[in-house]
Amino acid sequence: MAAGVARAQKHAPWILLSPSLVTIGFLLIIPMMFIVVYSFWLRTATGADQVGFYLDNWQEVLSDRFYRDILLQTLKIAFFTTIICAVVGYIPAYFVANTKMRSKTFLLIMLMLPFWISYIIRTMSWINILGTSGAINGLLLWVGIIDSPLNMLYNQTTVILGLVHYLLPFMILNVYVSLEGIDKNLTEAAESLGCNGFQAFREVTLPLSFPGLAAGSLLCFVLASGTYITPLILGGPRDAMFANLVFEAIITQLNWPLGSALSLVLLVLLGALVVIYTRYLGVDQIAKSFR
Amino acid sequence: MAERQHAVELRNVVKRYGEFTAVKKMDLTVPENSFVTFLGPSGCGKTTTLRMIAGLTDITEGDLVIRDRRVNDLPIHKRNLGLVFQNYALFPHKTIFDNIAFGLKYRNVNKADIAQKVKSALDLVQLPHVADRYPNQLSGGQQQRIALARAIVIEPDVLLLDEPLSALDANLREEMRVELKRIQRELGVATIFVTHDQSEALAMSDKLVVMKDGIVEQEGQPEDVYNNPSSAFVADFLGHSNIFAGTLAEPSGETAPVQLEGGTTLKTTIHQIERVNRQQNIRAVIRAEKIMVSTNQNPTSNDSTSIPGRIKTVDYLGQMARYFITAEGQDWQVINPIDQHPFGEGADIFMHIPARNCVLLPGHHD
Ligand SMILES: Nc1ncnc2c1ncn2[C@@H]1O[C@H](COP(=O)(O)OP(=O)(O)OP(=O)(O)O)[C@@H](O)[C@H]1O
Ligand SMILES: [Mg+2]
Repeated sequence: MAAGVARAQKHAPWILLSPSLVTIGFLLIIPMMFIVVYSFWLRTATGADQVGFYLDNWQEVLSDRFYRDILLQTLKIAFFTTIICAVVGYIPAYFVANTKMRSKTFLLIMLMLPFWISYIIRTMSWINILGTSGAINGLLLWVGIIDSPLNMLYNQTTVILGLVHYLLPFMILNVYVSLEGIDKNLTEAAESLGCNGFQAFREVTLPLSFPGLAAGSLLCFVLASGTYITPLILGGPRDAMFANLVFEAIITQLNWPLGSALSLVLLVLLGALVVIYTRYLGVDQIAKSFR
Repeated sequence: MAERQHAVELRNVVKRYGEFTAVKKMDLTVPENSFVTFLGPSGCGKTTTLRMIAGLTDITEGDLVIRDRRVNDLPIHKRNLGLVFQNYALFPHKTIFDNIAFGLKYRNVNKADIAQKVKSALDLVQLPHVADRYPNQLSGGQQQRIALARAIVIEPDVLLLDEPLSALDANLREEMRVELKRIQRELGVATIFVTHDQSEALAMSDKLVVMKDGIVEQEGQPEDVYNNPSSAFVADFLGHSNIFAGTLAEPSGETAPVQLEGGTTLKTTIHQIERVNRQQNIRAVIRAEKIMVSTNQNPTSNDSTSIPGRIKTVDYLGQMARYFITAEGQDWQVINPIDQHPFGEGADIFMHIPARNCVLLPGHHD
């Protein structure tokens, strides 16, 4: 009897978890298995995939400097995007969390508004702003500061700009949530003990919002690393990111085995990053202090 | 330096939130070394007043003076006040040591002195061994002690506490109340304590300030306020009172008869008549525990009144019983110590009311 209850209790978590496990299994694990299997096939000159266990794709991906350079460039772009998002996103998040306006919900909806417009359209809007016949060039020409339009588009800076534009709401929302959870009495206590406003921010608000900042940064970094649309629309020929290579291999060259190997490289790298990040930056450790 | 009398002085302080006036023309003094309690029902402006003194809320009108200095425009971090919150508000990401050391760090105290002061603060609140822990590793009562230690270690001019005990359970609360009072005496720091628990207020204060709707209803020593309420509100709010409208007749000797509306006649003292300026229409306030119930008809002394009545309901409170009594058509309540057994429901008894326990208030208004 007691043993039966104990066994039922032991199984209960698995039973409760089963819907998510099944979903994750079918939608994530199994497709990923296909990709893993694909990466060991070989594309032949005839265009047909040769089934088998070949290491050719992996050898190419891991030894070719071209792939390594693009990977490093991808990480660099993602890194700068994340830093800019963190710095630029913190300010509106702080404002929304601390505003005395009654329209907090309205401000939050305004933050979500960009999500209602396609990401591609939002990215393309920069062409109308920065392009040779875009708004800024038009204005500068009209005022007479310049004689011929500037070339501002299609470089790494515009790629980062586009990514910041795309990812900022994720950062803001993450930071906002953690700022919102900070007891206002804490800053008041700090001020009563002798801090001015900025010191109280540095001593209390900033460290306590760190979990949100860390989560937002991770999200921004991972999403930026995996993007291919932004460099496609706003980057020049030399600004390709790693996901562009996957896109190129699979969609353009129809080389699924190579594309699979490439995408697994990115997956493993970002997966490792997430693990290291949560482990050593102690994100969950900090989260505990809120309980 | 001239002798200073008041740690805090409020002169005609007003606080408005838009159209709404939360605090109306508040005049108040907090003497040095004293323990002052703000007591009043929810929403009467206790927190607002405290926050104005702390500098967390700005003052609409009037002057706030702390230690002979007008501080209306002085930001909070320059006021040197100790603040204790209801929810403790300890910094969750700092150790207990760093929490207590926080204010000292911003006062440029050197490291050795900080360590020594933190240690003596921890000793004072009787938690000498928790310096290395984090706040979430302490119980609620312990956290409140640390919050207190953090506030007093900076040697504040005034200690401000907003319902610091209300998050604690009943036993701990009583223990902390004794503790808090001990620490306050030991340090001699002027303290303002906000509560809506009257037993806390009566037990702890040197000066009790009863507030209602943004004004001070009455202030004074707790005993004074309790025994001589200046309004029906105070009489009703502090403890349990019987309040009846009535008229005053001519005094004879040391006492005078009061005719209550229901027809009952009580005796009161000359002193009370003076308090209402010999007005005709008055209200009589008789505290529930200042009436003696017995089966004996004879008055306990010749200046007391005996009224026959019948017990309707009994609330058994342990050492005390609360009786709801009908006497001469009026409803009364009486709280008496129990001698072996409480009187039963339906028992015929006599209420004995000494003249000095019949407190008079002016009639009508408020
Ligand atoms: N920021 C604000 N804006 C508008 N009205 C406010 C604000 N803060 C307080 N009030 C109002 O001022 C009045 C006094 O509030 P206060 O918090 O001082 O009451 P309190 O005596 O501390 O009550 P409690 O015992 O419930 O804590 C209340 O009616 C409250 O609604
Ligand atoms: Mg309050």
